[in-house]
Amino acid sequence: MRRLEMILSRLVWFVPTLAGLVVIVFLISNVIPTDPVRVALGENATLAQVEAMRVKLGYDKPLAVQLARHFRDVLSGNLGTSIYSQRPISEDLAKRLPATLELTLVAIALSIALGIPLGVVSALKRNSLLDHAVRVVSVSGLAIAAFWLAMQLQFLFAMKLGAAPLNSRIDGFGPEPITGLFIVDSLLSWDMESLGSALSHIALPALTLALPAAATIVRFTRAGVLEVINSNYVLYQRAMGMPPGLVVWKYVLRNALISTVTQIGLIFGVLLTNAVVIETVFDWPGLGTFAVQSILQSDHKAIIGFTIWTGALIVIFNLLVDIAHSIIDPRGTR
Amino acid sequence: MTTLLAVEDLSLGFATEAGFASVLDRVNLSIERGQVLGLVGESGCGKTTLASAILGVLPRHSVRIAGGRILFQGRDLLTAGPAFVNQTIRGRAITFVPQDPFTSFNPVFTVGAQVMEIMKWKSPRRAAPDWVGRLPAFLAPYPSPQRRSDREAVLELLDAVQLPRPAQLLRKYPHELSGGQRQRLMIAMALLPGPDLVIADEPTTALDVTIQAQILGLIRRLASERNVAVLLTTHDLGTAYEICDAVNVMYAGQDVESAPVDKFFAAPAHPYTTKLLASLPRADGSATGIPGEVPVMIAPPSGCRFHPRCDRAAEQCRTARPSVEQLGGGHWVRCYRPHRAAP
Amino acid sequence: MAWRRAVQRFLRDRAATLGTALILLLIVAAVFAPILSPFPSDVADFHTAHRLRPPDSINWLGTDRMGSDLLSRILFGARITIAIAFIAVGTALVVGVPIGLVAGYYGGWASNLLMRVSDIFLAVPQIVLAIAIAQTLGPSIENVILALSITYWPFWTRLVYAETRSLKNEVFVESAIALGASPWRVMVLHILPNIASAIIVRTSIGMGVTILTAAALGFLGLGAPPPAPEWGRMIAESREFLPEAWWYATAPGIAIFMVVMGFNLLGDGLRDILDPRIRRGIGAK
Repeated sequence: MRRLEMILSRLVWFVPTLAGLVVIVFLISNVIPTDPVRVALGENATLAQVEAMRVKLGYDKPLAVQLARHFRDVLSGNLGTSIYSQRPISEDLAKRLPATLELTLVAIALSIALGIPLGVVSALKRNSLLDHAVRVVSVSGLAIAAFWLAMQLQFLFAMKLGAAPLNSRIDGFGPEPITGLFIVDSLLSWDMESLGSALSHIALPALTLALPAAATIVRFTRAGVLEVINSNYVLYQRAMGMPPGLVVWKYVLRNALISTVTQIGLIFGVLLTNAVVIETVFDWPGLGTFAVQSILQSDHKAIIGFTIWTGALIVIFNLLVDIAHSIIDPRGTR
Repeated sequence: MTTLLAVEDLSLGFATEAGFASVLDRVNLSIERGQVLGLVGESGCGKTTLASAILGVLPRHSVRIAGGRILFQGRDLLTAGPAFVNQTIRGRAITFVPQDPFTSFNPVFTVGAQVMEIMKWKSPRRAAPDWVGRLPAFLAPYPSPQRRSDREAVLELLDAVQLPRPAQLLRKYPHELSGGQRQRLMIAMALLPGPDLVIADEPTTALDVTIQAQILGLIRRLASERNVAVLLTTHDLGTAYEICDAVNVMYAGQDVESAPVDKFFAAPAHPYTTKLLASLPRADGSATGIPGEVPVMIAPPSGCRFHPRCDRAAEQCRTARPSVEQLGGGHWVRCYRPHRAAP
Repeated sequence: MAWRRAVQRFLRDRAATLGTALILLLIVAAVFAPILSPFPSDVADFHTAHRLRPPDSINWLGTDRMGSDLLSRILFGARITIAIAFIAVGTALVVGVPIGLVAGYYGGWASNLLMRVSDIFLAVPQIVLAIAIAQTLGPSIENVILALSITYWPFWTRLVYAETRSLKNEVFVESAIALGASPWRVMVLHILPNIASAIIVRTSIGMGVTILTAAALGFLGLGAPPPAPEWGRMIAESREFLPEAWWYATAPGIAIFMVVMGFNLLGDGLRDILDPRIRRGIGAK
């Protein structure tokens, strides 16, 4: 019951948070002293042209009216038309969302699969050679610029070794679209060729994203295990002769993961941030490339749309993390 | 009566930053089948270390065992294979009641899950085929006939430790239970595997005074009913007097005296024991402390470690530790100049 | 003396010492760039005849697509990195800390509203908002700094707010108030010194994160316009010359790595001395 209450209260907060986000993005793009109309029309536009455009786009109305219109548009899903693709922005974003989701989810799975076992082993074998190596790599992982790592991986694995494709999301047309996630779709339609292609294409970008995330997870898991391993309840289970592997991987880990799970919400934000930059390097047809294209085209509305979508994604993901947290820690002390 | 557990000349210590701390110095102790033995001493005298040594849970990288044996049913636990001890002794033949029931339950699992996990591995009805041992522990199956009979045994024992509505209790998380409830559960968990020996490390110090007597009575009653031996560490002579059959006294890592409880309180022989008894608060509320300080374990006093605080100390007390002197009737003392009862 | 032992412990921590050395290296590179650079004029000049030369005895780190010496450009790039990191983080601190202090001290609905606003800022990745702002303003170093400051102050407000709230109920603060100290006096003399260590530790790690974000903005073309020797932009320029010109991206990438690593290690070391409450391993945001 308490869990349900928690989820409901978070859901209630979801709406004002998103509304606040829309307002802030709107204000940022309007209060800042540049004239979007002038930027859009270029330096050589006449005064009459600028005025006409201003009226057409509604910039002649007071700020409050503009904000109200903006809200109405956002609520009806109308974010304007993209200069780059000449299609409605929300349509573009919806089409690109699965690619980014697939990439970040695979990266999160990869970083958890790498980070948690390494964190546990490194804590159990404290001050061993392995522990030192893991710590050096995890400190380094947080200091590398993601786009640079992406290029180095491309250089090594795609250009020099030819072990992975250089860029794009898949060869050919891809599997029958069901969810939009190529790995899931090719499994659902049992299209092994597409599956292999999708996996080989996602390997390098997912690895790039996963490395800094895994570094964070390793550090938190290691610290968490070290904190728990000398607790009385672990001592009790050891004194009762419970199998050591069970004590560590079931009982110690569950407690150590509480702080790690909280971090995964933040990690998702970092992943999405890095995805914006990395998708460009790998020509990954997701939200990130869309954002960068829009930046290059000075496409104001597209960037606002992208910001709102990304913010919503993160708020939703944090809600999921809170639910996971309440399941893993019944005390609900947060 | 037969000897169940015998600790013989056990010496051990820890490597610390300040140097080597000699925490146990040639300690002896023996428990008969079904006997409740009180291991008495001030905090820091090494009684918890001794209990942990018997359980085999001292921190492996810092402990140094200098000598001695821990014989359980004739087998030396220090030299037996660790896997063997973990599977058949620890949690089966020897179980444990911890000092602090508040922190000894894992906070994120229901108490029922934790009790059943103990039963899965340590139930007396467990008959695991050979191949199970080779699986990773979290994949091991829990056959449902065993699970069902184990659950019945759990409910029955929760009733015996006077926990009402046991089925509901098992669904709760540790933080939803009171300290008394948790310690009753701990006692139940210690008895469920059908052990020969329960090691209870100060089982009531973390509890309310009003509950302490109930818990002690419970331990005493269940031990007698089931013929289970109990090693009870305590700093409180009153506790020892109430529920123990015999008492072992330790001072600064050395054993000083051991006796059946009636002889112990009627005719204490070691100067430390007499002072300890004298320091108990009297009916009028006054108390006498023991002058001097408990020694540190790094560079402890030579010979009998009590000599700097002993008013009967002689030259030989400073040079060599006295050997065991039998006073008859299971009463022994390590002292050159003990108090002797009038014949 | 306590501070002396702290310094000794800090020096014994090899990682923290390495971090300090890396940051000193950055500062030396930035200050003495004109002296240290083999070809100081290459920041703006180009020699197409020398373009894309691999590292040799003349151009230690090779040359770029315009034939400019990469080592010289990286040394001058340190100035941009320092300017962005110090000014952006400094501005965020100057704005965020007083707001957090006052809001935490007085409480009330206005403070609650303020915290909600900062929650919204923190709900979105910094770079997403920074992209929106930097794009609106147009590419320049000043605008990058502005975008990073605007998106970073809520982090400090949140931190200082939480610390102030918990300190306000401490005995020493209550007694200072009871003795008639003015609110400003309590905030500046009693509360601020006690949260200074938490701020210092996070400043160090925040520098690293800010440098990474600034480099990403530069990589996307939102930073200083060419020919400014901005490290992120240099990496972006090198992309079309891979795999032949492998050295082109290597040098600025390692420069970024070393500087960020320096701030992270320093932050970890400072945390161990100043703020033992926080565990090692906690990320910046």
